[in-house]
Amino acid sequence: MPLPAKVSIEGDATVVVTRDFDAPRAAVWRAHSEPALLKRWLLGPPGWEMHVCEMDFRPGGSYRWRWRNVDAGVEFGFDGEVLALDPPARMEERQTYIPGTVGGEMGTCDNVLTLTEIDGGTRLVTRISYADRATMEAAMATGMTDGMEMSYALLDGVLADGDA
Amino acid sequence: MSRIDLAFSALSDPTRRVILARLAEGEAQVAALADMAGISQPAVSRHLKVLEEAGLIGTRIAGTSRPRRLRPEGLVDVRTWLEQMQAVFEENYRRLDALLAELPETPTPSPED
Repeated sequence: MPLPAKVSIEGDATVVVTRDFDAPRAAVWRAHSEPALLKRWLLGPPGWEMHVCEMDFRPGGSYRWRWRNVDAGVEFGFDGEVLALDPPARMEERQTYIPGTVGGEMGTCDNVLTLTEIDGGTRLVTRISYADRATMEAAMATGMTDGMEMSYALLDGVLADGDA
Repeated sequence: MSRIDLAFSALSDPTRRVILARLAEGEAQVAALADMAGISQPAVSRHLKVLEEAGLIGTRIAGTSRPRRLRPEGLVDVRTWLEQMQAVFEENYRRLDALLAELPETPTPSPED
């Protein structure tokens, strides 16, 4: 069982997420580049489904990701642009948060994913870079309020069912 | 209540979220905020008090005017945010672990793909 993901802040405005996988690098790459596979794991908290995952996965291509809360029906997403690909080692993309009916503002960030072979598996490092510290803090603030919005939306769904 | 609970509690009100969203664009006077939110000045003042006590906004003193401004640092408890982020990533990655265990051996993709 791999160790849990590590999240840290690098420099002024970059978040770094590191996680090892007991799988070959090609498989980890596939799971990040094929929509049918992405939809099975890139879901976030329980109760969300990725109902849109359209990807033109090549340099200069774009993608569209949308998530929907299965109970509350609220939606949000990311629009992305593939900046550079070096399979199966590196992908670089620019993501813009789409508030949908969830709301908030997270702006745009550049993500660089690097996959390296380690003993018996793959190390995935994701670097999420915001324009500056203020932008990152705004994203953090939205992330926290959105987390709450999502919880409220879930609660609303439960209350509507008359279970609470 | 802890600081973060105070902040979450302050944020739980939709009117206060509207006020914060407005202040995120720049400082504003109480009267302007009342106009924008469509409520009376005393009502907006009560909301501002809650937001100020939670550390989410501050007051600037400029002569006789008292514009309110966002305190972004009040919104951000970096550690809590990183923990949230870690939890979401890890949840995704555990699903990815399971998926990877199911995937058959795959050929290494080439740049021409």
